[in-house]
Amino acid sequence: MDDLTLAGGFSDPAQQSAQAFRAVMSALARPGRIEAVRGAEPPAPLSPAAGVVLLTLCDPETPIHLTPSFDLPSLRQWIGFHAGAPIAGADECSFAIGPWDELLPLDRFPQGTSEYPDRSATLIVETPLLEARGATLRGPGIRDTAELSLPEIVAFQRNARAFPLGLDFIFTCGDRLAALPRSTEVA
Amino acid sequence: MSDDYNFAYLDEQTKRMIRRAILKALAVPGYQVPFASREMPMPYGWGTGGVQVTAATLTPDDRLKVIDQGADDTTNAVSIRKFFERTAGVEVVTSTSEASIIQTRHRIPEEPLSDDQILVYQVPIPEPLRFLEPRESETRKMHALEEYGLMHVKLYEDIARHGHIATAYAYPVKVEGRYVMDPSPIPKFDNPKMEMAAIQLFGAGREQRIYALPPWTRVVSLDFEDHPFDPSKAEHPCALCGAADSYLDEVITDDQGGRMFVCSDTDYCESRRAAGHRGELAEDAA
Repeated sequence: MDDLTLAGGFSDPAQQSAQAFRAVMSALARPGRIEAVRGAEPPAPLSPAAGVVLLTLCDPETPIHLTPSFDLPSLRQWIGFHAGAPIAGADECSFAIGPWDELLPLDRFPQGTSEYPDRSATLIVETPLLEARGATLRGPGIRDTAELSLPEIVAFQRNARAFPLGLDFIFTCGDRLAALPRSTEVA
Repeated sequence: MSDDYNFAYLDEQTKRMIRRAILKALAVPGYQVPFASREMPMPYGWGTGGVQVTAATLTPDDRLKVIDQGADDTTNAVSIRKFFERTAGVEVVTSTSEASIIQTRHRIPEEPLSDDQILVYQVPIPEPLRFLEPRESETRKMHALEEYGLMHVKLYEDIARHGHIATAYAYPVKVEGRYVMDPSPIPKFDNPKMEMAAIQLFGAGREQRIYALPPWTRVVSLDFEDHPFDPSKAEHPCALCGAADSYLDEVITDDQGGRMFVCSDTDYCESRRAAGHRGELAEDAA
């Protein structure tokens, strides 16, 4: 365990995680809205925003799946020290982190059950580009329409069609994030 | 603020668990997410669900308003406000427009909420089908199969017996055409306000459920084509501020049958009176 593992967490967890949660909630409740977060400096390739989400939401109760390019000893140690979350396979994780092409196919992840649709995974998608332009979004949290740059369209349409089952997505890029719940229709 | 507690009373692990439940609740609007409700330093029935949701949502910069049946100055509202002043050190306010988080028991404020506000409801019985089907295993299946016929039978029986739908509060709604949801015991007068700009979070402590409505989620009160939903109100203006559009409480004033109708939303009534509006029983009425 080196200095890099021990550093980069919240300096004031109660207040920083409260502020970070409000940003994540605001993004998920209003798909298309981009929020900036701060407080975490995780080792590469994890973005600061993904690090903040992880510190805010993950703990020993939430197995995390790391895609191949993120499954590094440095990252495993950082997550282990700061969140205490176990690393798990795609089929039993609560959260998954990685770039879009490594997260595919999506049907590997828990989708929830018809009686407990909340028992589904949340995917943290590291993206090189995040802007309020691109695919058109409609649904709860959006008054008319919103726009968000998405890595593709079809996978999200298929995900929305399975409602109330399905995955929820948080897109992270540097220190910014946006979210796309399963309830959003993408066109 | 007391230093003896973690910020907003709950420990961080509990807040993470509640926060994850809130996010799943927002992703599936109207669905009741189970959560591991904690014992709070107040009895069940005093808003322990709402308090836990508020605690997990608060930041030090928030301005908190707490109302009980629309009033800022009743026991439940005062004690919850004091609780968060002491454990979170947040600023507390009574003005609806100045608040960033509003915890409510059984009312939606009259003043429309904006998109930077959060409304937290205290919920006693989150399951709208509970009085029709007592078994949780069955109601869960009914939600899964979207089997809501029983609810319509109940409303129909109301019409057969009383000539109209007699449910006046906790009037069931359908969310985004999918889940039937209990809006908590708000008067049905408030139901149309639920399609709003603010985020709405519902917490039921004893029943261990959290559910939510993102802004502008479609919320439809259940009804029939020949008996459309009617958000009825008392046929009076407020006796203090003269408002004709607010939800009114009936107050008995003597033992001779005297009574008056006043706004249930105290902040709305006070700000109207401060702006010069007067009802027929206002002390300085002409």
